[in-house]
Amino acid sequence: MSTQYQPFLLRMLGNSRWTGYAISVIFLCILIPVLNLVVPEGSLLHVSNYTVSIGGKILCYAMVALAMDLIWGYTGILSLGHGLFFALGGYACGMYLMRQVGVDGVYHSNLPDFMVFLDWKTYPWYWTGTEHFLVAMLLVVAVPGILAFVFGWFAFRSRIKGVYFSIITQALTYAFMLFFFRNETGFGGNNGFTDFKRLLGIPIATPEMRMFLFALSGLTLLLMLWMSRCIVDSKFGRVLTAIRDAESRVMFSGYNPLHYKLAIWTLSAMMCGVAGALYVPQVGIINPGEMSTANSIEIAIWVAVGGRGTLIGPLLGAAFVTGMKSWFTATFPEYWLYFLGLLFIVATLYLPDGVMGLAKKLKGKLL
Amino acid sequence: MISDNFTGSQATGGSHLLQPGVLDSSHGVVLYLEDITVSFDGFRALNKLSFSVDVGELRCIIGPNGAGKTTMMDVITGKTRPDSGSVFFGQTLDLSRMTEPQIAQAGIGRKFQKPTVFEQHTVFENLELALKTDKRIWHSLFGKLKGEERDSIHEILSTIALLEKTNTRAGLLSHGQKQWLEIGMLLAQQPLLLLLDEPVAGMTDQETERTAELLNTLAGKHSIVVVEHDMDFVASIARKVTVLHEGSVLAEGDMNKVQNDEKVIEVYLGR
Amino acid sequence: MKIAKIIVALVLAWLFAGTAYALTAADRMLLSAGDNDQRIASIAKVVAAGDASAVPFLKSLLDDSVKVAGSKVFIAGADAVTDAATGVRVELPVNAADVVNNNRMRSELVSAIAALELQSPDVAIRMQAAQALRQSDAGDSTLTLVKNAEKTEQNSKVKSVLGEIRAGIELSGPDQATRLNAAQELGGSTSAQMRQLLVIRLQPGGETDPQVKQLITSSLRAMDARLAYYEQAGIVFTGLSLGSVLLLAALGLAITYGLMGVINMAHGEMMMLGAYATYLVENFFRNYLPEWFDAYVLVAIPVAFILTAIIGMILERTVIRHLYGRPLETLLATWGIGLILMQLVRTVFGAQNVQVENPGWMSGGIELAANLVLPYNRLAIIVFSLTVLLLVWTLLNKTRLGLFVRAVTQNRSMAGCVGVNTARIDAWAFGLGSGVAGLAGVALAQIGNVGPDLGKTYIVDSFMVVVLGGVGQLAGTVYAALGLGLVNKFLEGYAGAVLAKIIVLVIIIIFIQKRPQGIFALKGRSVD
Repeated sequence: MSTQYQPFLLRMLGNSRWTGYAISVIFLCILIPVLNLVVPEGSLLHVSNYTVSIGGKILCYAMVALAMDLIWGYTGILSLGHGLFFALGGYACGMYLMRQVGVDGVYHSNLPDFMVFLDWKTYPWYWTGTEHFLVAMLLVVAVPGILAFVFGWFAFRSRIKGVYFSIITQALTYAFMLFFFRNETGFGGNNGFTDFKRLLGIPIATPEMRMFLFALSGLTLLLMLWMSRCIVDSKFGRVLTAIRDAESRVMFSGYNPLHYKLAIWTLSAMMCGVAGALYVPQVGIINPGEMSTANSIEIAIWVAVGGRGTLIGPLLGAAFVTGMKSWFTATFPEYWLYFLGLLFIVATLYLPDGVMGLAKKLKGKLL
Repeated sequence: MISDNFTGSQATGGSHLLQPGVLDSSHGVVLYLEDITVSFDGFRALNKLSFSVDVGELRCIIGPNGAGKTTMMDVITGKTRPDSGSVFFGQTLDLSRMTEPQIAQAGIGRKFQKPTVFEQHTVFENLELALKTDKRIWHSLFGKLKGEERDSIHEILSTIALLEKTNTRAGLLSHGQKQWLEIGMLLAQQPLLLLLDEPVAGMTDQETERTAELLNTLAGKHSIVVVEHDMDFVASIARKVTVLHEGSVLAEGDMNKVQNDEKVIEVYLGR
Repeated sequence: MKIAKIIVALVLAWLFAGTAYALTAADRMLLSAGDNDQRIASIAKVVAAGDASAVPFLKSLLDDSVKVAGSKVFIAGADAVTDAATGVRVELPVNAADVVNNNRMRSELVSAIAALELQSPDVAIRMQAAQALRQSDAGDSTLTLVKNAEKTEQNSKVKSVLGEIRAGIELSGPDQATRLNAAQELGGSTSAQMRQLLVIRLQPGGETDPQVKQLITSSLRAMDARLAYYEQAGIVFTGLSLGSVLLLAALGLAITYGLMGVINMAHGEMMMLGAYATYLVENFFRNYLPEWFDAYVLVAIPVAFILTAIIGMILERTVIRHLYGRPLETLLATWGIGLILMQLVRTVFGAQNVQVENPGWMSGGIELAANLVLPYNRLAIIVFSLTVLLLVWTLLNKTRLGLFVRAVTQNRSMAGCVGVNTARIDAWAFGLGSGVAGLAGVALAQIGNVGPDLGKTYIVDSFMVVVLGGVGQLAGTVYAALGLGLVNKFLEGYAGAVLAKIIVLVIIIIFIQKRPQGIFALKGRSVD
């Protein structure tokens, strides 16, 4: 019990498991780049670009899974809008990347090609400032954060919870997807943003840049993991779990659940925004398809498969499902949806605590 | 300890300050309900209900099912808004305009009919969460548990006889233990007024006896309102009993008087 | 040269006017080759002769299949070339040249064909021809013909269209009285072409007589008022139509979610399966019982209902039963079921959309005005959804099954205690909800393409209907569905389809903040 009240950092270093996570992520951030860039192709140890790109994607998805876990696993609020926050972060980053294209587009105009196509003469007002890297990075967290805050304030204040909340977030995501599909919205319509050329003036399609983004994603994930650990270990985290289990008792104990839910909900959305911003330069495209309702629900299954209410589980879940998806789409594309559908059913019916729960159970049986 | 929170007669001029935590009970009344009416789709759960609870009083409320006992609790704790009438905590706090957390912070603790504890947390954490302290986000994130707070948690643990279960998950407790834990959480809140909805439901005789003992020691320090069906239990603690029927007060007085009241007998036995 | 040709044409026209005759080889040549003015004159002559047998050749001209080589005219059909004079299959000579028709030529051909077809014994063809003629800029050349046709026409609808055409031509005629009369008459029309004619007459170079001008203005005003009225009526109708589709989609959900509290994300896929069931039944009738084709819908309805109801019951027994009381997990599991069903359909039927043909009695519509046609399939769906609503309501409120369902949903353990087999009731209720989804699928198949993604496009909307209407309230579902349909269609007029949909979603989201229980929810002692 006494460990509970040590400072977090001390506790983390003292905890061998945590040191393990930290070392392994840093290791990945150094080892994989070396194996990809230095070790020659054809060598057994060489890590292919394809693997790196999937790895980078998984790291970004893991952040989203973590964000989803904070709001769903710990606070009991199932969001079907996290795909939206992810995409908004991606779009904010994409705006900057489009600005970086400069006059190298197909039409050699100062404007992105899709604006030339719409016969626009200048950038619309909401693109103001996006040519500055810092402004764009601010938007990456601010746009999902503000949207989540405003939406959450209204929703939580009216005591919308459970499935109701899920459905409303789904409707919100759907509305945004339709909105971004329109060409006149000014975000490239159907095609979204693609054909990025540079990031901070440096060409984006080089192996070095790819490795840098990969390592950056790894470190960001580690940072988020540490932050989440601090949160769930604090009394704040215990209040969140208490809200999940008995919200009325929380209220009658003098806590205002509205503030707590709003805080974690907004934070969770901002984490998704960051993940989206790291995702877009790595995959090289962002379009409204990312906002589809199916994407947001898939995030929930990462968390469910991995194990709700644990911090490592969702990361494993995201890695597992994404890995399976790329394997299936490469080998049996027509069976992927069967597998995913079954996963939804199996995870909810037989794995209430995900693989982490299963591991715990097995461990308990063996000992 | 309690008297610190009573601010005397500083706000007697009828000006209703809505300042949580500042309570004026200088007139000796801690809870005051007047003409409360609540209806759900035409059904009147409370019908011009009026009654008051004095400082330090232990009041029992009895009544047949559907008499409006739980709805009355809901009105006091802010869960249900009355259609008409007023409900005051002391002289100054208009409960009908406060949110549940505000009411809780002002010093009203409520125990539910069905024991409601945080099942995934340990007994210790349950009490820690209930403890009277700054309950805003910032403090929850960065605040530390102080030594005296730890002491008071241990004190409560021994009061509710759950010392051995300190680090047990609350979900694993027996029904009676959960009831006690919930009472313990109320104590940790250091409320001025405790509302207990059937506190001994599902308890063994021994546990019931100890609960009665506990409530008797708490009375005087706290004002307590108990809703209960168990007549023996009521008889063992009650000084004053209020009988609710169809949303309003049917009779009020000591146990003897109530038990011999014609109307009460009719309601309870006549059908 | 040109003048000479026109003279020749005129002479020929004079020679043959009024006498019934078949096209000669020379006529065909005149129609196909040479100067456009001369060809148009030839067309006028054919029209004046009123010979319906010339129609096929004119149509061939219109679809560019006529070729000319030397003095011979050929028709190059899709699979064979025939000599226009003899109708015998021949080889197309190498030096054959295409007959090129410019837009002016085309519109002349169109109105000529229409004019000739006005004499057809078939009312439908006459109506089509009249409408085509109204569509084209019918010139003076057709006036006599239209007048004659109007005089002999028995069908009142065709007659009124012909009247409009005549008035339209007369509007620019030489006689002031006739023009006044025509302007007066056109005020009663709702046709966009006629409105255009009136507008043109008011422009400089058009009508000069102030009296006629004034009459045209007032006619135009009357026409605009009527058009606007019909337009509003049209929006109301499409709104009701959309609303009835939403109602069908949401009715099943109102049972599974509203009554049972089971959130079924595979509901859309149930509709999709119902639509595919309709497709299968339609195909069966087309192939084996073509003479009964018009009745296939009557068979598709029970087939779709039973199929989806059985699938729903199986799902309830195998998956959903284990998740009662865990709504979020139910949401995820049913989403998974939806994915599997969708992929299953893709595997069996392919990813492409399939087309389901309406039965004969559902094609076409009631034309209330030129800009207000009520299609029969839409009308049928409105009637159908109201019928299903009535049946569901009766089933839930007037039968023992309904009583049991309501008992189980209100207090499961108590219902079990008094001897209701709650497990069976759950299965029946879920089956009913899924079956109604299947019925919605039958309706959807009548108004659009059927594809594996059909369900996903409706799931958000139908949940919005249930949420807005208030859980557990059939009446709320009805109002919410029709209201959403109407609001959506009215907004479309101002903001376009996509924006309208977004606005509606945002309105709902804001509205739910105000009344989280929906419009018609009962207030009650909510249990957390």
